[in-house]
Amino acid sequence: MEEPFAITLDPGSSRANRTGSWRVERPVYVDRLPPCNDACPAGENIQRWLYAAEDGSYEAAWRSLVEDSPLPAVMGRICYHPCETACNRAQLDETVGIHGLERFLGDQAIEHGWGLAAPPADSGRQVLVVGSGPAGLSAAYHLRRAGHRVTIRESADRPGGMLRYGIPAYRLPRPVLDAEIDRIVATGITLECGQPVADLAETMTSEPWDAVFVAVGAQRGRDAGIPAGDSARILDAVTLLRGMEDQAPPMLGRRVAVYGGGNTALDAARTARRLGATDTVVIYRRTRDRMPAHESEVEDALDEGVRMRWLSTIARVEQGSLLLERMVLDEHGFPQPTGELEELGADTVVLALGQESDLSLVERVPGIEIADGVVRVGSDLMTGRAGLFAGGDMIDPASADRPPEERTATVAIGHGKRAARAIDAWLAGRRPEPVPRHEIAGFDHLNTWYYSDAPPTVQPRLDLARRQSTFDEVVGGLDESTALFEARRCLSCGNCFECDNCFGVCPDNAVVKLGPGLRYRFDYDYCKGCGICVEECPCGAIVMEPEQV
Amino acid sequence: MLRQIEGSRAVAETVALCRPEVVCAYPISPQTHIIEAVGVLVRTGALAPCEFVNVESEFAAMSVSIGASAAGARAYTATASQGLLFMIEAVYNAAGLGLPVVMTLANRAVGAPINIWNDHSDAMAVRDSGWIQLFAETNQEAADLHIQAFRLAESLSLPVMVAMDGFILTHAIERVDLATQEQVDAFLPPYEPRQVLDPADPVSIGAMVGPEAFEEVRYLAHLRQVDALTAIPAVASEFAEHFGRSSGGLLRPYRCEGADTVVVALGSVLGTIKDTVDAMRDDGLAVGVVGITSFRPFPAAAVREALAAARRVVVVEKAFSIGFGGVLSTDVAMALTGSGTPVTTVVAGLGGRPITGASLRECFEAAAAGRAEPLVFLDLNRSLIDRDLERSSARRRTGPTAENVLRDLGTVASGPT
Amino acid sequence: MPEFATDGGPTAARESGSPGSVEPPGSGGAGAAVRSEDPPGSRDATGPASPSSGQPVKFYQVGSFAVGNRLLDPSYRTVQSDALRTNALDSGHRACQGCGEALGARYALDAAMRATGGSMVAVNATGCLEVFSTPYPESSWRIPWLHSLFGNTPAVATGVAAALRVKGRPEVRVVGQAGDGGTVDIGFGCLSGMFERNDDVLFICYDNEAYMNTGVQRSAATPPAARTATTEAVGDEPGNPFGQGKNLPVLAMAHDIPYVATATVADLHDLERKVERAMEIRGARYLHLFVPCPLGWGAAPRDTIRLARLAKETGLFPVFEAEHGVVTAVSQIRRQVPVEEYLRPQGRYRHLFDPADPDGPPARPETVRRIQEIADRNIARYGLVGPAGSDAPGEAGPSDPSGRPYETGEAR
Repeated sequence: MEEPFAITLDPGSSRANRTGSWRVERPVYVDRLPPCNDACPAGENIQRWLYAAEDGSYEAAWRSLVEDSPLPAVMGRICYHPCETACNRAQLDETVGIHGLERFLGDQAIEHGWGLAAPPADSGRQVLVVGSGPAGLSAAYHLRRAGHRVTIRESADRPGGMLRYGIPAYRLPRPVLDAEIDRIVATGITLECGQPVADLAETMTSEPWDAVFVAVGAQRGRDAGIPAGDSARILDAVTLLRGMEDQAPPMLGRRVAVYGGGNTALDAARTARRLGATDTVVIYRRTRDRMPAHESEVEDALDEGVRMRWLSTIARVEQGSLLLERMVLDEHGFPQPTGELEELGADTVVLALGQESDLSLVERVPGIEIADGVVRVGSDLMTGRAGLFAGGDMIDPASADRPPEERTATVAIGHGKRAARAIDAWLAGRRPEPVPRHEIAGFDHLNTWYYSDAPPTVQPRLDLARRQSTFDEVVGGLDESTALFEARRCLSCGNCFECDNCFGVCPDNAVVKLGPGLRYRFDYDYCKGCGICVEECPCGAIVMEPEQV
Repeated sequence: MLRQIEGSRAVAETVALCRPEVVCAYPISPQTHIIEAVGVLVRTGALAPCEFVNVESEFAAMSVSIGASAAGARAYTATASQGLLFMIEAVYNAAGLGLPVVMTLANRAVGAPINIWNDHSDAMAVRDSGWIQLFAETNQEAADLHIQAFRLAESLSLPVMVAMDGFILTHAIERVDLATQEQVDAFLPPYEPRQVLDPADPVSIGAMVGPEAFEEVRYLAHLRQVDALTAIPAVASEFAEHFGRSSGGLLRPYRCEGADTVVVALGSVLGTIKDTVDAMRDDGLAVGVVGITSFRPFPAAAVREALAAARRVVVVEKAFSIGFGGVLSTDVAMALTGSGTPVTTVVAGLGGRPITGASLRECFEAAAAGRAEPLVFLDLNRSLIDRDLERSSARRRTGPTAENVLRDLGTVASGPT
Repeated sequence: MPEFATDGGPTAARESGSPGSVEPPGSGGAGAAVRSEDPPGSRDATGPASPSSGQPVKFYQVGSFAVGNRLLDPSYRTVQSDALRTNALDSGHRACQGCGEALGARYALDAAMRATGGSMVAVNATGCLEVFSTPYPESSWRIPWLHSLFGNTPAVATGVAAALRVKGRPEVRVVGQAGDGGTVDIGFGCLSGMFERNDDVLFICYDNEAYMNTGVQRSAATPPAARTATTEAVGDEPGNPFGQGKNLPVLAMAHDIPYVATATVADLHDLERKVERAMEIRGARYLHLFVPCPLGWGAAPRDTIRLARLAKETGLFPVFEAEHGVVTAVSQIRRQVPVEEYLRPQGRYRHLFDPADPDGPPARPETVRRIQEIADRNIARYGLVGPAGSDAPGEAGPSDPSGRPYETGEAR
């Protein structure tokens, strides 16, 4: 074609005009910290494993998940999921059912026999882990992954700590627990059960451990010192729940009163119900909204026929009955006695007033610091004794340099991971490297227009009749389709999920698509810095930065 | 094939022989017979393949032609007067884009006052648009020029306008030797566009050009018109070979041998002028004629040569530049720069006013005698003018001049004045 | 495996199952509620059947709203998500930052390119799009493109279409495009002719509601109260008067042409589907595309798409389709907002608010109310707000060929 001068131009010749020079601000891709990840005491990268699950890559999702937490089938059942409390989706419709997905992936792993990766080369260092609860298991797992030789020493006959001896089977079926512990141990960990450590100071001097992590939990029920008649049957909840693992379950009688307002109180009450107690009452000195137990546990207990007595304390226990005193809340919300008494029939009183640790094994360790029944640690979870680290329920959470947290299995798993990292560094003579924390991807960073309205998936529940008479698991799991559905409700807060919006909305075609999994890059030769990509990014993974002049 | 035929019909049938592929037109007197006839030829299938588009305005007519031409089709339209002015933006655009559209202009006066009769003010209004403008003297030439116009347009990538006097030619029935399809096909190859909208070669046509290159674009357009000064006579002589008759070219001298006074004009008035010159020659007066066919490009060198021997030049033109004078005359005078030959402008035939041989002779004789004013308005009715001037000097504002003049002529009832 | 019951849940969807049976989403009530959720005009974004329920698994997360979705089969994604899209309007053009017209043109033409298999020609009116795309010596176009004049684009397009037909190349399709000035004002004569003759052209109006190229002067598409350089925000009724304006989609419908649609740059799926639909049809087709202009509207460049979205979600710009003069589908409002939310970020409406307290109550509440009335009338006339909870796709609106599909002002 003979093109007339100037009037007719070649296609795309404007690419010679680098409009990037107009820019005063430039868009930059970032990864912000999703609130779920931020809230997870176990330090899970939830958004990352959900991303893998969204396209049905369940094994990849599980492998991503167990990078941080080795017990997904367990934790997906029992974790009180602070991630979901933090989930931005709750402000849109309802939170993403992260726990259900975690459980689904955990169950898939058990079903398909997915194994954990073999550890790297042996470091030659030996680490003792005292206690096989969630903190100990987690620490052992992560230490083993770092190549260390790990031995877990457990006083009980079976591993798991409170997972086994504190959580009822209807919430955590034991085959699930066993499978996940077995898998951890199978990475090459020596597990010694029925081997109580009486004096850790002695163990540490007489045995060649390069480092020790102690996490013996809080296994002793607190005694409120309630006046009681000699023949009154009083039991603490820890003992009751532990007894469930024995050949013969404890005898409670027809009428059971549980004293306390925490999750353990409700576990005890629901267990009593299943053991045949027709009349189970939870006695709590304040009101429902002030109960430390999780709302879902209260709901479940009520559904199963457990009764609640709010604003009540037990004044005295006798055989077959107890005396309740009615309380009122003062202006500060504290319960105050009224002197009004009432008798209540009860064959057994179960005390669930909190637990404390038996710290006798560390009392003689030189340099250790114990206050208020807990061990003080540094931010690296090391005690006053070099090489001795501690975690889980037995430590003072405030001393761990993090906001005080609930005492939960999830927190314990997080301690185990942190301790393992700290021990690994300590063994190498390094300081533990601080993990950089990105800015949190708040709801305001999102452009929620782009997300489909999607109601949450509801996990099925066992019918009530069986919930009141068996220890069958109450909450059902997701199946492949419902899991996929639920995973896709994730907003991927702060992390690019390759929705192509930036690539599409740029008026200057200044976004380059790099291919599946590789995300995008800006072509600053042409980007004029309008910021539409930032505004229209659904998940807040782009920011504008001033151009360097 | 010789036929006794209306000028419009002769043009329509000739245009059809040129196989235009897109024809669009919007009716305006005196162009209507041309497009009606082409329309029938398309409808009957005599002209096929061809898209005949009934558009909503002349602006659209030229715009459709632009689009069609840019997409590689041979495009044709026709208009006149107000229609040309309504499409003027697109007229310039077609030329600027170098699109070889061919358009018949049935010359007609431009209003106000509205007037459907012939003069050349419409053509002169687009003089600078970049189109080649060819003026037909007769219906034979009008028909022949269209064949040449397509050839020229497509070889030069320039639009060509064939001007033929409204009514005088368009509606005159006379003998025309119509070309045959075989003749035209042998003379006019299929349209090979210089540039075309094609998905296989996706160029951008119609860029914005700023001060850095606009003058160059215009200069190149001028060079192409200069090229046309060579191409037009070449095509005309080739035409003569193919068709056995002479039509077109840049200009045609008539009885200029030894002429002291040479009359220059465009279009059909040349017939009357030639008759007058013949009579004057018979009476021994040394008068000649130069008929200009190519008004744009203006053949300045050829004009200078043709007028080299003349002692005085009279330009008869059916248009004028209000506030100055002749349009064609200006170009002729420019061509004669340095020769010292005086040029008299005779404005004649505006709005269809008949141009009589008697008036012309009187005028030419005066010029030959050196008595002519530089600017003459042929057969001006002085009494009408004087009355209006008198009125306007009496009262500052008296309403529209046209109405007053008509009132003086008794065409409209006289109101209180 | 024990039996599970769907005992009790706060949502209706949860209660739909029968006791004693597993009730996964995707079957029964929950699934039905889910399916009605996708946006109007979206493709049926379904994947493989779920193993348990036999029902399709919905692709959630961004569903059909975002440009792409890695979870969708590529054939269901937008043209714009394709790394190999045409980029009909390429980089290096000189449009302002955040130009809605540049975006809209690429969206529409890339879609047309896909629909025609790359066999397409575009004719462009004078205006921003022309000026910023083809200043000598550089063109941003990757398609055959012709610019003639401001007001003749539809006729030029007609000529191109006629030429292609006569040349025996009917597979090459023609798109004419202009801004609102080139469409509703100076180009309207030619456009009406093109419509009336039912010429085989898709004409796209990129409506940014004023003459932006010349410095923001009022056009017949300028909305009431908007400040332009020729409707200054001074006097008793500052900005563009109420009761004026030309409603081109309705005028197009009045020509009984085969297809008329409105769209915005905020809903790419809808826009691309409409372009695709338009390309399936022969004859005159009209697409009125709403493209915010950051410069002319006094808005932040980053807000271009947001404003387009708000225009639709307020009801000020109804998004619909019509065939042969009858409305056939309406894009319903998904998250309805008051007009204030749309007006406030725009400098051209700044006089409606208090400069000392731009986030406070309107300084001219009466004007804001009148604009809200326009939105409300559009909502009522088009059924832009569906029954509660229904986000049903592609519901036909009231077919009212005599009615005005959207209001530009009050009756005079």
